[in-house]
Amino acid sequence: MTQQATPVEARSMGTHLDRADGREKVTGHARYAMEHGADDGVEAPLTAWLVQSTIARGRVVRVDPAAALAHPGVVSVLDHESAPRLADTEDRELAILQDDRVGLRGQIVAVVLAETPEAAREGARLVHVAYDEEPHRASLEGAETYAPESVNAGHETDWADGDVAAAFAGAAVVVDQRYSTPHEHNSPMEPHAATALWDGERLTLWDSTQAVHAVAKTFAPMLGLEAAQITVRAPYVGGGFGSKGLPHAPEMAAALAALSVPGRPVKLAVTRQQMFALTGYRTETVSHVRLAAEPDGRLLGIEQHAVSQTSAIKEFTEQTATAARMMYAAPARATTHRVAALDVAVPSWMRAPGEMPGMFAQEVAMDELAFACEVDPIELRVRNEPDADPETGNPWNNRRLVECLERGAERFGWAGRPSAPGTVQDGDWWVGTGVAAATYPTLWMPGNTARVESLGGGRYAVSIGAVDIGTGARTVLVQIAADALGVDPAAVDLHIGDTDQPAATVAGGSAGTGSWGTAIVQTVQQLRADHGEHPDAGVASTATAEAYPDMDRYALHSFGAVFAEVRIHRWTGELRAPRLLGVYSSGRVVNPMTARSQFYGGLVMGLSGALFEESVRDPRFGHVVTQDLATYHVASHADVHGIEVEWLADDTDTLATPFGGRGIGEIGIVGTAAAVANAAWHATGIRVRDLPVTADRFVR
Amino acid sequence: MKELTYVRADDAASAVATVSADPHARFLGGGTNLVDHLKLGVATPSTLVDVSRLPLDTVEVLEGDRGGLRIGANVRNSDLAAHPVVRSTFPALSRSLLAGASGQIRNQATTGGNLLQRTRCVYFQDVTTPCNKREPGSGCSALEGYGRYNAILGTSADCVATHPSDMAVGLAALDADVVVLGPDGERRVPLADLHRLPGHHPEDDTTLAHGELITAVELRGSELTRHSTYYKARDRASYAFALVSVAGALELDGDVVRDVRIAWGGVAHKPWRATVAEQALRGEVYSEDAVRAAAAEELRAAETGDDNAFKVAMVRNATALVMHQLASKQQHPQQGGTR
Repeated sequence: MTQQATPVEARSMGTHLDRADGREKVTGHARYAMEHGADDGVEAPLTAWLVQSTIARGRVVRVDPAAALAHPGVVSVLDHESAPRLADTEDRELAILQDDRVGLRGQIVAVVLAETPEAAREGARLVHVAYDEEPHRASLEGAETYAPESVNAGHETDWADGDVAAAFAGAAVVVDQRYSTPHEHNSPMEPHAATALWDGERLTLWDSTQAVHAVAKTFAPMLGLEAAQITVRAPYVGGGFGSKGLPHAPEMAAALAALSVPGRPVKLAVTRQQMFALTGYRTETVSHVRLAAEPDGRLLGIEQHAVSQTSAIKEFTEQTATAARMMYAAPARATTHRVAALDVAVPSWMRAPGEMPGMFAQEVAMDELAFACEVDPIELRVRNEPDADPETGNPWNNRRLVECLERGAERFGWAGRPSAPGTVQDGDWWVGTGVAAATYPTLWMPGNTARVESLGGGRYAVSIGAVDIGTGARTVLVQIAADALGVDPAAVDLHIGDTDQPAATVAGGSAGTGSWGTAIVQTVQQLRADHGEHPDAGVASTATAEAYPDMDRYALHSFGAVFAEVRIHRWTGELRAPRLLGVYSSGRVVNPMTARSQFYGGLVMGLSGALFEESVRDPRFGHVVTQDLATYHVASHADVHGIEVEWLADDTDTLATPFGGRGIGEIGIVGTAAAVANAAWHATGIRVRDLPVTADRFVR
Repeated sequence: MKELTYVRADDAASAVATVSADPHARFLGGGTNLVDHLKLGVATPSTLVDVSRLPLDTVEVLEGDRGGLRIGANVRNSDLAAHPVVRSTFPALSRSLLAGASGQIRNQATTGGNLLQRTRCVYFQDVTTPCNKREPGSGCSALEGYGRYNAILGTSADCVATHPSDMAVGLAALDADVVVLGPDGERRVPLADLHRLPGHHPEDDTTLAHGELITAVELRGSELTRHSTYYKARDRASYAFALVSVAGALELDGDVVRDVRIAWGGVAHKPWRATVAEQALRGEVYSEDAVRAAAAEELRAAETGDDNAFKVAMVRNATALVMHQLASKQQHPQQGGTR
C-alpha cells in the first residue's frame, strides 16, 4: 500500500554540489528545443514561420499565399482554411487557424513552411492577409471591469473580514493611495521554440517548456489524441519565468504545421518581437490600497482593491490582492479583484504572479504608514506581526519574518538611518535606503509520480517527468534522492524532462522541487518497504504523492526581507542601486549554490522591475511597441552591484516537505521593487507609486 | 529577409560606383544596425556592398601645433575610444564612444557606420505601423504614440525621431569634418551639416547623396578640444540609448568663457549643436546659472509631449553638469582629472 512520505535526514542536502548539467551547458553540448538533430530522430526538418495579424480585432477575409509560394524554398502556407482541424477549439489562445476571427494584434493568422529558416521568414513576409477590421479596445484606462469567478491559482475573487468601514472611521492615521505596475514580459534568454514530428497517430514535441506532461495533457484533446500518444521532451530549457509554464500558441503552430507534413520534422522558434504578443506576460495592475492605523502604527484595517486586464479571448486574472489577506494583523480587511477584458494578447504567469505587483503596492503603503506614524519601517512591521494566519486562522508553519527583518537590518546597517527623507547627499548623488517584506505561499502539487529502480551495486535510477528550466532541479533532486536512499549523490542517475518518465507537475509556483522531491522521497521509501535496503538490480518501485503538507491545518508560506540602497543623481535624476540585500526563511536550502542563484535572480529581476521593465502597449494599434530587448529594458550587468543574499540558519520545515525545504524560485522578486521605491523616496522625498521608478520623476 | 546580392568591395571607388548605379544598393559596414533592419524588413536592399574590409582602418595623426586626426571610416569604435590621442586631445569623443552600446557592439561597429545608424524609434523598426521615415507619406506613429525617446528640438509634423549615436554628438562638439567619396570625387562635410532635420523628408537622415561613401572623419586638436567631455543620461547604466546626452568643451580665461562648444544627443533628428547657448556664454563670466540660462535660451524652441517633457530639464541640468566638470578642472587643476 502507498505510504505518505516521511522526513529525510540531510547528508548531501545543505551542501554544495556542482550543477549536474553545468558542463553540457557551458560547452554548448546541451541541446535545446531547436537543436535536436538526426541522432535524436530529427532529420531534414522544415522551418515554420508565423504570420501575425496586423489588426487587433476583426476577421481574416483572405490569406493570399501566392507570392510566398513563389519564393524559392517555401513549401506551403497554412491558414484558417487549410490548416488541419482541431478536435477541441474552446481554448481560443491555443486553437489557432481554426476560424477567421482575430482577437488580438499579433495573433497567428498563417504559418509558412519552408526548407530553410531564411526562406520561411521571407515567405512569411510575402503572405498577404486582408482583414475586415472592427473597433478594438486595448487600454485598461476607462475600460469596463467585472468580477471574475476566481483569480489565478484558484484564489477567491473577493475576501473580507471584520468591519472595514468602522476601522477607517475611527482611525487616527489613514494611508489611501493608488499604486500601479506596468505590463511586463518574462523574456527568458531562450525564446519559445518547438520541434514537432508526427509518426502516424503519434506526436513528438521537443519543446521549451516548464511542464512536459501538461503540454501533452493540454494538447491531446485538442489534437484528438490520448495524452499517451504525445511525447514531449525538454531536456534543457533556457529559462521560463512562468512564460513556459503553460503551452502557448506557437507550440500548437508547430504541432499543426508538422501534422500537415507527416513524417517530416518541423522546427519553429518565435522571434523576440513575437514573444511580446504570443507567449504571455504580466498584466498591468492598479491597486487602490487603504491602511487604517492607531497612532503607533498598529493596523486597524487593510484594503486592497486590484484592477487588471485580460484578453477577451481567454481570461487570466492576476491575484494581486491575495498577499494582503495574510501578511499583517488587522481586525478588519477587504480585498477585491476586478478585471477588464480587452482585445489584447493573453496575459499569464510571470515570476510571482500576484505577490510581485501586490506586495509592491502593500509594502510601499506600509512605508508611507511608517513615516506618517513616525515609526521605523521595520518596527512597524514587527508591531503588525500576526500570531496566526489572518486569512484562515490557521497556525503558521514557520513564519520567521521578524527574524529576517532583524537579521537584514543588522547586516545592512539599518540602525541610525535618518527617518526623514532627502537628508543624505554624497557628491552628485542623493542617497536613501529602504526596506520591504517579502512573502510567497508554499504551494504543493499532488499527483507527482516517481519511479526508482535499483541498478545494483548500490546505484539507483530515479525517473520523474519534471523539468529543469535552469533552476538547478536536475542537481537538487539528485541530492534529495541520494539522502532518501542513504547513498552518495554520485550513485543516483536522475532522468527528467520527458513524458516517457512518470507524470509530474509544472516547474512553477515555486512548487517544483517540493512537489517532485516529495514524490521521490515517497517512492524511495516505497522501494525500501517493498524490497529492503539492498534490492536486486532491476527491482523498481513507482509511487504517486497525493498528499504531504497538511494545508487544512497550517498556513504554509515563506518570508523574507529586502533592503535597498538607492542613489539618485541630483542633476539628471538617474537612479542606481548600489546595494541590495535579501534575507529569507524558506526552509532547508538543498543546495547553497543553486539556491543563491535563484535568490540572486529574483532580486535582480525585482530590481529590474523596480527601475526598468515596462511593456508599452500602443492602444491605437493594440500591441506592445517596446518589443525587443533594446527598448524593453532589463537590468544590465552595470546596474547590478553589491547584491547579497542570506537565509536564516536552522531553517528546516518538515511540515512543508519531507526534505524540509520550501520553494525559492519566486520570493526573491517579491518586495524588491517596493524596497527600491522606498529607498528612492528616502533619498529624495519624492514618492513614486507607479513602476518603473524612472529618472524623469526626479529631475527638476 | 528579402534575398539580395552580396558584393565585397575591392576599393572605395568601385564600391561607390556600384552603389551609385543601383538605387536599391546599400553599403554594409559593421552591420550592427543594417543587419537588424534586414531581418525586420525595415531595409530591403537589392545589393549589399561590403565596405568593411576596405583599408580605411587606421587613425592617422596629423602634423600641426595641436595635432589632429584623420580617422578611417572602418576604425572600430572600441579602437577609436582607446586611441591615446583621442583620449588626450579629444576626450569627448572617447567618452561618447564608450557611452554607446555594449563592448561587443563597439568591437564590431565602424566609425562611418556609427554616423549612419538610423533612429531606434520603435515605430520605425516595426513594419506593421505607419512611419514616414520608413515609408514616406504613411504617417508618424510616434507623434501621438510612445514618446519617451522622441525629439524635442527641430521636429516636424512628419517625424519626431532622434538620432541614436553618441559618437556623433561628441564629434559635433569637436567640429569634426566628414570626408566623403562620391562618383565625382572627394568632398568634406562639417559634421554639423552631415545629418539633417526631418522637415517633410524624414526618410533622408543625412545630406549625403545615394552612393556617397564616408571614408574618414577629421579632427583638429586645440586647447578647447582638450577640455571636452561627454555625459549621457540613460534609464539603465549600460546598453541603453540616451534619454539626453551632452558633449561639451570649455576654455576659460580666468573666469571668462574664452570659447565653448555644446552638442546635445537624444533631443533631435541630428546631433544638436547648441549654438544659441554657446553664443550666450562666449565672452561671459562663467557660472552655473549662466550655463543654465544659456541652455534655457536654446531650449525655448523645444516642443514636448507628456512622455518627453522631462528632457528639457534633464538636458539643461546635464549641460550645467558637463560645464561644471570642465570648469572645475580649469579653476582647480590640482584636483586632477583625466588629462
